[in-house]
Amino acid sequence: MSTTDIIDTLAGIKPGSALDAIRARRLQARENAQKSYLALFEPIDASEFSLVERAAVALFVIGLHREPNVTAFYRAKLAATADGARLIEVVEAEIARGETSGPYGAYPAGPLSPENMAGLIYRVSAEDKSVLGARLTAAFEHAHLLVFRPRDAASADMKALLDAGWSNTGIVTFSQLVAFLSFQVRVVSGLRTLAAVNA
Amino acid sequence: MSATVNPPVAFTQDELGWVSWIDPLPEAELTERHFNGLVDRARAKSDYFRLLVRDPEVLEARTKTDKDIFYNVADGLPRAERELAAAATSRYNGCIYCASVHARFASTYSKRREDVQRLLDEGIKADLGERWNAIVKASVALAATPIAFGPSNIEELRRAGLDDAEIVDVINGASFFNWANRLMLSLGEPSK
Repeated sequence: MSTTDIIDTLAGIKPGSALDAIRARRLQARENAQKSYLALFEPIDASEFSLVERAAVALFVIGLHREPNVTAFYRAKLAATADGARLIEVVEAEIARGETSGPYGAYPAGPLSPENMAGLIYRVSAEDKSVLGARLTAAFEHAHLLVFRPRDAASADMKALLDAGWSNTGIVTFSQLVAFLSFQVRVVSGLRTLAAVNA
Repeated sequence: MSATVNPPVAFTQDELGWVSWIDPLPEAELTERHFNGLVDRARAKSDYFRLLVRDPEVLEARTKTDKDIFYNVADGLPRAERELAAAATSRYNGCIYCASVHARFASTYSKRREDVQRLLDEGIKADLGERWNAIVKASVALAATPIAFGPSNIEELRRAGLDDAEIVDVINGASFFNWANRLMLSLGEPSK
């Protein structure tokens, strides 16, 4: 592809390296991971989920993963979004409030109940709610659920997003964004670790 | 939530249904753009895919990523072990639906149904032999947040006989299920 491959860039994979050759054997996966990124961050239609909202959620989600170079990438992305720079400080404060370790959460009552694990139920701080607004407040709280305790998700969480002004289509794209980033940051981390072992 | 949902309460290799919590697109409203997003036209029959096709460009790219990571077996990791990475990730994240599908595939391709069942019953600490243990452990380390995957996982995978192309397949397969699990768990629920 003509566009810089984000995973290669963030994982530090150089053209012509052994890992570049291995990735080339899964060319469709590589190109479509990139296309997923482009579809989410340079969409045809941003009417249900604005570009600044996408970048703010991305910085929040990646910040919770504590992968510094990927976080820096999405921080720059938010800074470059119209009206995004003013949100960085607030998003970073919310990342600090939301930091924990997962996955945790509860299973449906039954034989798996002994595996239930309690953990942080994150809510945006009262002061940051007014800066983020209802839509992003609901998005951050739901994104935290998806990052750390996806098995706790319930139909009521969909209602919370709808009540905050998210459309059905917006919820699908938002869910894809959080889930895609969960994939992308792991591929980057895994490949970077492999490259470092081989260096 | 639909009144017909009868959610499973344990991990299983049985075939499960999945019920969406928000509205899929009606089949009659699908356009060429949506069919491109579905990749396989037959997926228009699935509520899950008619929900995700609300964003057709993302669904199309995601589906093609998925197919290459799991089905392109010209080289790299055997299909069974890519499915094992998917099943282990799903077991750890707690996605009963995804685990059921990919445990079933892992059983079919490996012919080790009882070992796969022990992964479901006992969890990620089940002793499945050196090679499978290394794959499960690496998948779980990748699924943790913050990510716990490190050089020791790569050393274990190598000791178990995996080369770098196979290790990349573990990384891709496990990482992809951190995408899939979060969609299946948050947009609806499994039904027996």
